[in-house]
Amino acid sequence: MTGRLSRRALLGGATALLAAPALAAGPRGARVVIVGGGFGGATAARYLRRAMPELRITLVEPNRVHVTCPGSNAVIGGLEPLSRLEHGYDRLRSRFGIEVVHDAAVAIEGERRRVRLGGGAEIAYDRLIVSPGIDLRWNEIEGYGEAAALTMPHAWKAGEQTALLRRRLEAVEDGGVVIIAAPGNPFRCPPGPYERAGLIAWHLSRTRKGCKVLILDAKDSFSKQALFQEGWKALYGDMIEWVSGASNGRVVRVNAAEGWVETDFDRFTPALANIIPPQGAGRIAVAAGLAEAGGFCPVDPATFESRRIPGIHVIGDSCIAGEMPKSASSANNQAKIAAAAVAASLAGQGFASVKAINVCYSLLAPDYGISVAGVYDVADGRRAGVAGSGGVSPLGADAHARKTEAEYAVGWYAGICADAWGG
Amino acid sequence: MRSLAAFMALVVMAAALPARAEAPVRLMAETCLACHSPELHSTIPTLAGRPAGDLLRLLLAFRDGSRAATIMDRIAKGYSREELGAIAGELAGKGERP
Ligand SMILES: Cc1cc2nc3c(=O)[nH]c(=O)nc-3n(C[C@H](O)[C@H](O)[C@H](O)COP(=O)(O)OP(=O)(O)OC[C@H]3O[C@@H](n4cnc5c(N)ncnc54)[C@H](O)[C@@H]3O)c2cc1C
Ligand code: HEC
Repeated sequence: MTGRLSRRALLGGATALLAAPALAAGPRGARVVIVGGGFGGATAARYLRRAMPELRITLVEPNRVHVTCPGSNAVIGGLEPLSRLEHGYDRLRSRFGIEVVHDAAVAIEGERRRVRLGGGAEIAYDRLIVSPGIDLRWNEIEGYGEAAALTMPHAWKAGEQTALLRRRLEAVEDGGVVIIAAPGNPFRCPPGPYERAGLIAWHLSRTRKGCKVLILDAKDSFSKQALFQEGWKALYGDMIEWVSGASNGRVVRVNAAEGWVETDFDRFTPALANIIPPQGAGRIAVAAGLAEAGGFCPVDPATFESRRIPGIHVIGDSCIAGEMPKSASSANNQAKIAAAAVAASLAGQGFASVKAINVCYSLLAPDYGISVAGVYDVADGRRAGVAGSGGVSPLGADAHARKTEAEYAVGWYAGICADAWGG
Repeated sequence: MRSLAAFMALVVMAAALPARAEAPVRLMAETCLACHSPELHSTIPTLAGRPAGDLLRLLLAFRDGSRAATIMDRIAKGYSREELGAIAGELAGKGERP
C-alpha cells in the first residue's frame, strides 16, 4: 500500500494514469526516433514513454512551436487569436524525458536504420516513427506555386498562412466574394474547407454587407454535406454557394498577380481566393521511398509499419489508413497503436492490434457544432468502419444540441493537445 | 516541472506494481483519452477514478441507445460488451483512487 500511496502523493490523481505499470521493460540502449512533432509524432513520443520508461526517445521537429490546424478556421473567422493554437515542447522534455531535436530530417536510410538531419548529424534508430503530415502539390493547379500562395493563401498548414488568410479576409469589403477552392480526395481534414466556409461567412455576415462565399470543389460530395448545407442555410441564408466538380467546380488554373481563378469554363476574379491544393505525404516520407504513386504511404493497418521499408512506422496524414480520414483525431489513435507496436517489438513480444476511433468536430458558427465519428477495425488488410458504429450528428437537431457539440469541440481540442504535448 | 530523474524514479516505482492489464486492453482504453484526458477538466466528463461498474453501465446504455448522447452512442456501438467491460475496468483501475 505504501507504494501506491506514495505514488499517488507524488504524482497527484490526474497524472497517476501516465505512470501506469510498464508494458515492457525493453532492452537497455534501444532508441526510437520520431520524425515530426505534430499530432502524430508528439502523441507517439508520450505513449512510448508510458510503455517503456527506459527507452531513449528522440523527436525530430524543425519548429520550436507547433501551430495546430485544428482551431485555425476559428482564427480565420476571428473567433480567437492564433496564439491559442501554439504548443511548445518543454513538457515533452521535462516531464517525459523526450530528447527534442529542432532540426528537419532530410534523409532516411532504412537499410542502415539511420536518419540524417539538415544540420548534418546522423541518428541511428532501432525503430523509426514518421509523422510529417502533408506537403502541398505545387503547380498541380496551374499557376499555384509557393509564390502564388502569398497572394492566394492555402492556410492548409497553420501559422503564417493562417494569419495571412485572416488579414486578407479583414480587407474584404461590402459585396466582396470569397472563393474557397476545395481539393479532390484524399486530403487533410475532409470537413475542413466547409467548416472554413461557415466561419468566413460568420465573420462577413456580422461585419460586411452583401458578401458571398463561393466554394469551387473538385468533388461531387463532401463530408457531413447535408449537415453543413442545413446549417449554412439556417445561419447565413444563401450566402454560401457550393459548386460541385460535376458542375464545373474544379479549379484548374489561377493567376495570383491578376487575381483570377479558372475552372474549365469560367473565370472568377474574387475579392479573396483561398486555394486548397492537392496534397501528398510529407516530403521526407516521399524522399525516403515510403510513399506509393498516389503520394501517400502504405502501411500494415494493425501496426502502422510501412509496407515498403521494415522498421519504420508511418502515421498521421502521411499514411494510407483505409477508411480513417486524415485528421488529428486519427493521427492521435494511430500514434498510440504504433507506439504500442514499437514497444512490443523492442521487447520481443507479440502485438494484437485494437480498434481506433476518429471524431471530427466542425463549427459552422461559434455556438453551432456538428460531428462525424467512426470506430475502425482491421478487416481484409485495411482499417474499415465497424458496422453499426459511427456516423454524423442528426439532421434537424435543435440549437441546444448544436451548441452542446460546439462546447464538446472545445473540450476535444484541449484534451487532444494535452494528450500530445502534455497537459 | 518535474526532472527526468524524478520522473524515471516514479516510473520505476510504478513498474514495480503488478501489471493490471494485458497490452491490448490498455491500448484500447488509451484510444479514449484524447477526449477524456485525465490531465484536465474540460467540457467532456472525466472518467478517471470512477468505478468500473458505473462506467460499463453508462457505456452499455450509450450502446443500446437508452442514454441520450451527442457522440458516445456512435462510439460505443463500435465495441462488443466484452470490449466495453475490459475498457471500463482498465479506465477505473488507472484513475484517482480514494
Ligand atoms: C484548417 C484545418 C482544420 C483542421 N481541423 C481539424 C479538426 O478539427 N479535427 C481533426 O481531427 N483534424 C483537423 N485537421 C487535420 C489535422 O491538422 C491533421 O490531420 C493532423 O495535424 C495530422 O497530424 P500529423 O502528425 O500527420 O501531421 P502534423 O500535425 O501536421 O505534424 C507534422 C509535423 O512534422 C513536422 N515535419 C514535417 N517534415 C519534417 C521533417 N522533414 N523533419 C522533421 N519534422 C518534420 C512538421 O513541422 C509538423 O510539426 C485540420 C486541418 C486543417 C488544415
Ligand atoms: C470525440 C471525443 C470522445 C471520445 C473519443 C470518447 N468520448 Fe466518451 N464522451 C464524450 C462526450 C462528449 C461525452 C458526453 C456524452 C455525449 O454527449 O456523447 C462522453 C461521455 C462518456 C461517458 C459517460 C460519462 C458520464 O459521466 O456521463 C463514458 C463512460 C465515456 N464517455 C467513455 C468513453 C470511452 C470508454 C471511450 C473510448 C472507447 C470514449 N468515451 C471516447 C466524448 C468522447
